[in-house]
Amino acid sequence: MARATSIQRRWMITIAAWSVGLLIFFPIFWTILTSFKTEAEAIASPPSLFAFEWTLENYGEVQERSNYFRHFMNSVVISLGSTLLGLIIAVPAAWAMAFSPTPRTKDVLMWMLSTKMLPPVGVLIPIYLMFRDTGLLDTRTGLVIVLTLINLPIIVWMLYTYFKEIPGEILEASRMDGATLRDEIIHVLTPMAVPGIASTLLLNVILSWNEAFWTLNLTAAKAAPLTAFIASYSSPEGLFYAKLSAASTMAIAPILIMGWFSQKQLVRGLTFGAVK
Amino acid sequence: MSTRQTRTAARLMMSPAVVLLLGWMIIPLSMTIYFSFLRYNLLMPGTEEWAGLMNYRFFLTDPAFFSAMGNTLLLVGGVLTITVLGGIALGLLLDQPFFGQGIVRILVIAPFFVMPTVSALVWKNMFMNPVNGLFAHAAKFLGMQPYDFLAVSPLFSIILIVAWQWLPFSTLILLTALQSLDSEQKEASEMDGAGPVSQFIHIVLPHLSRAITVVILIQTIFLLSVFAEILVTTNGGPGYASTNITYLVYAQSLLQFDVGGGSAGGIVAVILANIVAIFLMRMIGKNLEV
Repeated sequence: MARATSIQRRWMITIAAWSVGLLIFFPIFWTILTSFKTEAEAIASPPSLFAFEWTLENYGEVQERSNYFRHFMNSVVISLGSTLLGLIIAVPAAWAMAFSPTPRTKDVLMWMLSTKMLPPVGVLIPIYLMFRDTGLLDTRTGLVIVLTLINLPIIVWMLYTYFKEIPGEILEASRMDGATLRDEIIHVLTPMAVPGIASTLLLNVILSWNEAFWTLNLTAAKAAPLTAFIASYSSPEGLFYAKLSAASTMAIAPILIMGWFSQKQLVRGLTFGAVK
Repeated sequence: MSTRQTRTAARLMMSPAVVLLLGWMIIPLSMTIYFSFLRYNLLMPGTEEWAGLMNYRFFLTDPAFFSAMGNTLLLVGGVLTITVLGGIALGLLLDQPFFGQGIVRILVIAPFFVMPTVSALVWKNMFMNPVNGLFAHAAKFLGMQPYDFLAVSPLFSIILIVAWQWLPFSTLILLTALQSLDSEQKEASEMDGAGPVSQFIHIVLPHLSRAITVVILIQTIFLLSVFAEILVTTNGGPGYASTNITYLVYAQSLLQFDVGGGSAGGIVAVILANIVAIFLMRMIGKNLEV
């Protein structure tokens, strides 16, 4: 009897959970679906769910209309570039704080975090003017610099929490076995640090890919990544739902896939270790 | 290997990150503070002069500031209410055993990975558009008048869009917190005859309180700076109906080229964010063992 009710309960929760899940996901599903319709069918009333002629022409048109591929590559270069540069700067810092902490380490970590709390509009004008005067406006280099700096605190923090979990006993054991500092780093620490570095990389590529304050304000046609390119659809000409959907689908697909792999790191990375 | 040597090495390893962040924080911020005391318009170069507190006086007495302030509070408050309550409900639901847990989790988290310009434009055109949007189709199907979301209630529509983007975040964090709840404690309370409601109030909610606080503080930091969603949907309008502080500062500095006024607004935004940041930093600091 108790077993029967528990199975019944499980089914009811299954239905409720799936309904909510599908409802939340629906706008994304609808966007992907519309990207395969013709413009006429995209605005047809009532809209058809699957009974329409599937077409790939929107993807081609989006590319022709404004060289989509270039903006896509801008996004790739900017998000990967800023993340890698951030890692190069942050790995030594997080390493030092995790493995030879001083009484001031906590203050340094907290201070780094506080820079992340600075609202971007507080520094918009100086950055804009500096970029204008140094020719960095609308360049990939400029955006890589800014995104590296705004993500640096998160990168340091995530790496720190991962490095902190590497047990000190292993180091002692390897030292007892006569390992030199070099051996220690290459054969003991690095293999244990790689998963943490990889998760940090993943989450920060996602954050940079979707960053939409600096990318919108500091780029025009040339260096615009997808965030800024998609914004150009806010003043459209003619029918554009299917094209908007195709452009959006290509812009979010890579990050959706990466995001699903980084669910767990998301919590750690965005709460700065306050929730694990 | 002496401790001293390690210390020096550690300091060297940390210095690039520290120097860069120090520069990033101090140089532009002090420039903003300086500009905020100047009469400085990009359209009239060479006419900069000391203006004292004039920019602040204008910014803080401008009716636009009051609407922007009210909109900012409504936007942050509205999104927080939806995402925290929704997050708790969803967290509780997804924490139960059911079929296909992994897939549903993925579906729920997905909106968080959609870039702000995409989600705003998809909602604006394909859902909220009064002629071709899905909501309009649904209204016509039910024999009702389509509702022009972004024209009639722009701020409310933006709150909906932003809440959709942030609901996955609060759900994920509250779900993570729920999963760390000691099941023995729950079972013990069941043995003592606690019903689901009193169990929720006396055991689950206190356990979640910390995670809820973290969600509120972190989201507030990000929500104070909502920008792209407003830019691509309403441009802050009609009038100032959907302008928040961030958008107001942007409009003043990069659309009207009023560097002095925009800088004063930027400093006001920094002060607002700092009030929240102080509480957040305390929470995180307590949890940090070095």
